[in-house]
Amino acid sequence: MKPYEVKLEFFEGPLDLLLFLIKKEDMDIRDIQISKITQEYLATIHLLKELNLELAGEFLVMASTLMQIKAHTLLPEEAKLEALADGPDPRAELVAKLLEYQKFKEAAKILSEKELEVKEIYYRNSLPIFEPDDFSMDATLFDLLDAFKKVLKDASQELKELLYEEIPLEQKIREILDVLEQKESLAFIQIFESSRTKREFIITFLALLELIRLKQIVAKQTELFGEIRIYKLEEAVTQNPLVSGENQPLSN
Amino acid sequence: MDKEKIKSVLEALLFVTIRPLTLIELCDIVGETQNQILELLAEIKNDFANRKSALQIVEVAEGYQLGTCPGFSYWVKKLFKEQTTFRLSQSALETLSIVAYKQPITRAEIEEIRGVEVIGVLETLLERKLVKIAGRKESVGRPLLYGTTAEFLRHFNLWKISELPSLEDLAKEQEREEQNDSGSRDLPVEEITPESEPAPVSQSQIEKGSEQNA
Repeated sequence: MKPYEVKLEFFEGPLDLLLFLIKKEDMDIRDIQISKITQEYLATIHLLKELNLELAGEFLVMASTLMQIKAHTLLPEEAKLEALADGPDPRAELVAKLLEYQKFKEAAKILSEKELEVKEIYYRNSLPIFEPDDFSMDATLFDLLDAFKKVLKDASQELKELLYEEIPLEQKIREILDVLEQKESLAFIQIFESSRTKREFIITFLALLELIRLKQIVAKQTELFGEIRIYKLEEAVTQNPLVSGENQPLSN
Repeated sequence: MDKEKIKSVLEALLFVTIRPLTLIELCDIVGETQNQILELLAEIKNDFANRKSALQIVEVAEGYQLGTCPGFSYWVKKLFKEQTTFRLSQSALETLSIVAYKQPITRAEIEEIRGVEVIGVLETLLERKLVKIAGRKESVGRPLLYGTTAEFLRHFNLWKISELPSLEDLAKEQEREEQNDSGSRDLPVEEITPESEPAPVSQSQIEKGSEQNA
């Protein structure tokens, strides 16, 4: 049974997740501590599954590649050489892929900076480029997951699973919006203050993701791996994100 | 036609067009030499600047077009309030950068680099006219090839693709950034020596800057 399913637009691939974890652990791509990274990777995948997030098959393929590389490191030296003679080194292949992918991530950053530079120039008859939320960087899904992992861990002693209580996603969404009505922003952790059971933590997190997807709120970070704060998007209040499309005629 | 008349004609053309006009197109229509047109375009640019016009001639995608000067987005946003914001997602930007550097490229080749499916993203980019179908690859199954468009250049205010930094430079930049990163993590902030190279301007700084300007 899948009572809730959240689809995410800002969902990037397994290579992106690996790069994120490598950076977080302060490792060099050419010198990955494979067992540590595999462990972190699997923990994230596990959490994604628990959240019922749509998980692209590529994430599982990468998990098995990682485990294959890890298994390979455990082989005695002779067997290692034998395995290498059989085919390409999966580790070297992965490193090459990560380095290649990283280049394009960098290129994407440059494009994004360019996009910002020119967003003030408008032309006739073409879609204007603007954004309501340009003050600091958007926290990625991985940042949010990472923060959520920490919240769950810190709360794990007090969590009770006694009562099975159905909390609708809609109710949580309203709760979060209500709180944000009174405050300009909230720390990520404050969102979970009223949560008592693990299930409620998960529903709260899903509500958060859904609100981000609907562009009702934004999760902002002032620095990489820094504290995440949740802001309400003012414009979203008056504008229903589900109806307003850019294909609407101008005369509306 | 006298000079002022040609300038007016050019102005009219650059106003009506919905895509950048190339120098060759302008010459064909106006019937003057390229040098003459270039000179007059420069004069129009100056005229606009001198009378503090809200418009400017933007040189983009190997062509010329009238666009607004920066500083009016507050009002333009009000005008277009019915429309959703248009900002490319991370996956769109990554896919675009792969297409830009590797074009013409097949979908499978993009997916090989990104490690995920890109069907949905490619469709959006095609719809937005940032990417076009650039032919078929002469290999098994004759898969479609993708490339960037003039709209891509205009969206990122580029004259041509080669204006983008090379991939090798990007790799070097990345490495330098990482060294800076690990360096600053080892040291308390106060101890960073003044001669250490300034970090490249981060996304957030740029965004902060643009907010102040707005």
